[in-house]
Amino acid sequence: NLRKRFLQLSGNEETISREHLDTIPALAENPIKAQIIEAFFDKRNQRGDEAGAFQEIGFEQFLMVMCHFRPPTLKMTAEEKEAMRKEKLRFLFNMHDTDNDGTITLEEYRKVVEELLSKSGAIGQETAEAIADAAMLEVASTNVPHMAPDEFYEGITFQHFEQILKGLEMESRMNIRFLDVDTTTMRCGRSTS
Amino acid sequence: MAVVRSSCGSSARLTAPTCVLLLLLFAFVSVASASRDDAPGGNNETGRAPPEDSHHHHQQTNSSTHHKKAFPVLSFNYEHVRQPFEISLWILLALLMKLGFHIIPRVSNVVPESCLLIVVGLLIGGIIKAIGEKAPMLDSKLFFLYLLPPIILDAGYFLPIRPFTENMGTILVFAVVGTLWNTFFVGGMMYAVCQIEGAQLGGVDLLSCLLFGSIISAVDPVAVLAVFEEIHINELLHILVFGESLLNDAVTVVLYHLFEEFSHADTVTVGDALLGVVCFFVVSLGGIMVGAIYGLLGAFTSRFTSHTRVIEPLFVFLYSYMAYLSAEVFHLSGIMSLIACGVMMRPYVEANISHKSYTTVKYFMKMWSSVSETLIFIFLGVSTVAGPHAWNWTFVIFTVILCLVSRVLGVIGLTYVINKFRIVKLTKKDQFIVAYGGLRGAIAFSLGFLLTNSQLKNMFLTAIITVIFFTVFVQGMTIRPLVELLAVKKKKESKRSINEEIHTQFLDHLLTGIEDICGHYGHHHWKDKLNRFNKAYVKRWLIAGERSTEPQLISFYNKMEMKQAMMLVESGSAAKLPAIVSSMQNIQPRGPARPRAIPSISKSREQEIRKILRANLQKTRQRLRSYSRHDLLIDPFEDGLSEVRFRRQRVEMERRMSHYLTVPANRQEIPSVRKVCFEPEHQVYTYDTDGESLRGRRASHSHPSASDAAGLVNESTRRPDQSGAAEPRAKVPDDQEDQDQLTLSRCLSDPGPNKDEEGGGSFLS
Repeated sequence: NLRKRFLQLSGNEETISREHLDTIPALAENPIKAQIIEAFFDKRNQRGDEAGAFQEIGFEQFLMVMCHFRPPTLKMTAEEKEAMRKEKLRFLFNMHDTDNDGTITLEEYRKVVEELLSKSGAIGQETAEAIADAAMLEVASTNVPHMAPDEFYEGITFQHFEQILKGLEMESRMNIRFLDVDTTTMRCGRSTS
Repeated sequence: MAVVRSSCGSSARLTAPTCVLLLLLFAFVSVASASRDDAPGGNNETGRAPPEDSHHHHQQTNSSTHHKKAFPVLSFNYEHVRQPFEISLWILLALLMKLGFHIIPRVSNVVPESCLLIVVGLLIGGIIKAIGEKAPMLDSKLFFLYLLPPIILDAGYFLPIRPFTENMGTILVFAVVGTLWNTFFVGGMMYAVCQIEGAQLGGVDLLSCLLFGSIISAVDPVAVLAVFEEIHINELLHILVFGESLLNDAVTVVLYHLFEEFSHADTVTVGDALLGVVCFFVVSLGGIMVGAIYGLLGAFTSRFTSHTRVIEPLFVFLYSYMAYLSAEVFHLSGIMSLIACGVMMRPYVEANISHKSYTTVKYFMKMWSSVSETLIFIFLGVSTVAGPHAWNWTFVIFTVILCLVSRVLGVIGLTYVINKFRIVKLTKKDQFIVAYGGLRGAIAFSLGFLLTNSQLKNMFLTAIITVIFFTVFVQGMTIRPLVELLAVKKKKESKRSINEEIHTQFLDHLLTGIEDICGHYGHHHWKDKLNRFNKAYVKRWLIAGERSTEPQLISFYNKMEMKQAMMLVESGSAAKLPAIVSSMQNIQPRGPARPRAIPSISKSREQEIRKILRANLQKTRQRLRSYSRHDLLIDPFEDGLSEVRFRRQRVEMERRMSHYLTVPANRQEIPSVRKVCFEPEHQVYTYDTDGESLRGRRASHSHPSASDAAGLVNESTRRPDQSGAAEPRAKVPDDQEDQDQLTLSRCLSDPGPNKDEEGGGSFLS
């Protein structure tokens, strides 16, 4: 049950802070631990229009973040599935776009790749940069094929992000199994109103 | 066989009449061979007189006579080579048939190849029978030991692991529970049918019915592969049906042996049934273990083959075949053993073996499995005509109906249960395809053939053949229009991009992290643990050299990069390089830090470049990434070739880099490659108006390497290729050489003192 887990993490308090999540032992091995934790505290994931970060989050916000990982049900229409996919992609986008300017710049993307490779042994920084560069280039060439040499590709916008990842079928992949499905869906539904 | 040779020569202009002629030829020759023995690999028949046949040259026997003859200048000794000759002939003519089908596109679009092959088999069998000779039957030993393993190995080795493991639960439920349900339902209902008066089936007891049920209920991997390959259905459904067909072998083996034993025994006790359950676990887990052991052995062996690259592919095949045979020795599930071996071996072997060996393994596997499949279907047709039949309307009709009904009911029922546990549920459409894709095939036939009870055997065989024909023909032919009609999702046809790869990995870690936060140990958690275990311990033992620590993203990236390099070189216009440089410019943040200015290029050139660039991007994006053997042989033949080339090129480049680099030896050369490639601080090449040829400045010191590389490329141009690309390449070998030097000089790192300039370049997806 998510509520029990929340209380367990927070030490029976009402809110949890970054330190609480930091101390989960299983997360230590995860190369993108910092980004994941940050995502919980990111205000952009809370369906408001605010930006910035919380210092502590309550159970509502915790659940809100978890909502992003619910799977599509059989009864969903195509539009609902599309909306869900956008929502999940938005979550990912927010994770990459740390300075909240609406685009993922080269620097940010480089950081992403670097973090991803951080636990894999001694990989040089140039490697990560090179991969990020190639990826960026691919996005640029996919979405803006007619670029003049003096144009500057500012960064990956959300539309471009959607475009390059549309092959991955996010709505089927970005899911985890919730043990208490009904509660979650109910709350997620309520929070949209 | 001069006639054969001449018709081969004209095969490029085959039309339907010529195909019929070919068919008749096949028939005649197989009659000739059939007249000599019963089965093509078969036993030596003695004392059969060869028929008077116009194809045979006049004979001069070598039989000893009592008076002295003149020394025979020309003699005819067919007996000497009969067996291999016949085998080769069958295979050759089967493949010619296959070739013929693809030359007539109209038919092959409507009818799946398997059906056509069965029809050919029927015709041949008919012709042979009409002539009065005994046609060869599909010998079970031949089938299980020689024809089936290549197909299963091909399937197992190239099994897409990710979707397979993600859907493992579903697949297992369908395979085990589904097959059990099918067996008992069909067996039980058939027994009930047999009790009906007037059907003359009173002699069929329950155990025989159950035995029959166990034979007929298993979905056949060969048939599924043959049909599903052509409809390009989405990955999930493909892996569900296909995985089920592979994994139900264990159930089939156990049930078959169980009922076979019971039908000889007089009484069946509960203890026997329990033993049966135990047997199931032993058979399946034992099979997997045997396969895994051989797989690990194979991986370990491949670690040491760096000095004898030529025999590397053989290890893969031999270890796998030994796994299959060893499992068969103990009556374990050979198919599961083979799959386990392939799956286990693949990641490590591929990291160890050379690129040529990798290609060899891939092509040989596809080749053998293709041949096997063709032969199986043809023999199925021939055996249908040849075999003793006992047609019983009631039995056969009810079998067909019951098979369908039980399959549908089974799938619906099981999906209802499975959907409670699945994250992404199976829709009605999915269920329909899974049910409809449950084809029966040659395994059922061979198992039926192995039955010992001869009075019922014929009737069973007839029914089995009818079911096989029904599923393969009716379901096989109609599944494609149905897929279109129901608008089932097709397989996405784009190549994996670097972004997708990054995000797949990112997602994996993200989901693992979320699961950890949620506190429950789900699918991702265990997968992550397995990966870490794999990296920490297993890879160290099984992968040679420094490749063992290479993370997956990097190796993926390497492959992609080299692929792009080769495609650029191959397509013959390095004019894209300036465009790439400019594009790089676009994403690099502007700043005062750029020391060297990049000379600009005129606008019209730009447009040309962009056009070519876009064209190439489109091309790359449309390459099919599929594991079907048809695609491998037919469509992106070029893809396979370029893969070969880039791997070769990569090996060459890596070797060159280790010569020319001035960096310390313990750093991986790969990072330095990329480092150079993304430096935008390089001058741009000027180039000609037509965009095809290139006048570039040669980097002087890279001459020896360039000539080698040019040799490589020239070598590759000699290989048969899609007609358009080969011609211009052959005409401009110099340009190729230039471009190759370009590629090399581009990718050589940290400029040494004698480098003039390099073309900056990065590689697009």
